[in-house]
Amino acid sequence: MVEVRYFAWLRERLGTDRETIASGASTVIELVAELRRQSEAHDLVFSDLAGIRAAVDQELVDMDHPIANAQEIAFFPPMTGG
Amino acid sequence: MSIDIRVQSAAFDLGAEVNAFAAAAQGAGAVVSFTGVVRDLPEEPLAHMEIEHYAGMTEKALLHIAKEAMARWPLVRVLIIHRYGVLAPSEKIMMVATASPHRKAAFESADFLMDYLKSRAPFWKKEARHDGRADWVEAKDEDEAALAAWKKS
Repeated sequence: MVEVRYFAWLRERLGTDRETIASGASTVIELVAELRRQSEAHDLVFSDLAGIRAAVDQELVDMDHPIANAQEIAFFPPMTGG
Repeated sequence: MSIDIRVQSAAFDLGAEVNAFAAAAQGAGAVVSFTGVVRDLPEEPLAHMEIEHYAGMTEKALLHIAKEAMARWPLVRVLIIHRYGVLAPSEKIMMVATASPHRKAAFESADFLMDYLKSRAPFWKKEARHDGRADWVEAKDEDEAALAAWKKS
């Protein structure tokens, strides 16, 4: 089981800030493919990955990053701090 | 090495923070501070700004950024304060301060901290207008370009 977290517009469009799912994915991009099959809203949110960033266990990573033994995967738009 | 990172919803007293920072910066000949403020332009008035963040990752990312600055410049002290939650126009959002024996190092490292935390610290801003509209602030291409410039140098 892996905890998936959502922030900003992804959280709003999915109507939730987290979900726990059973995943067989070995990379972030494989997890995205699994998530897209969850619902129409998921499919839509992940339809354009250019505007989405991912973190594995709170570290910013590329989409092809492995997720072996990860506790928490997060998806969010490009950050706008400062 | 002294790094102070604070992520909070409460307001902070800029003058008191800079004074305390400078007083504790032993060996420094230069203290630089930058403050980010909720922009309120007359042509597009803001009702308020909402800042969301990724608790846990935020603190880690800011600490990483501060350590990177410490490694690149001769700094004796770094302070980063960043707020989250609902902020009114002209409220202070965040501040960084750097202290170094040298002026140039203090300026450059403060600039570096700002460029990094803009695109690498997990904060997201949403601007709410008086008519009820609210839009997420979009990241700019120039923000990534600013980061890339630091990587080259």
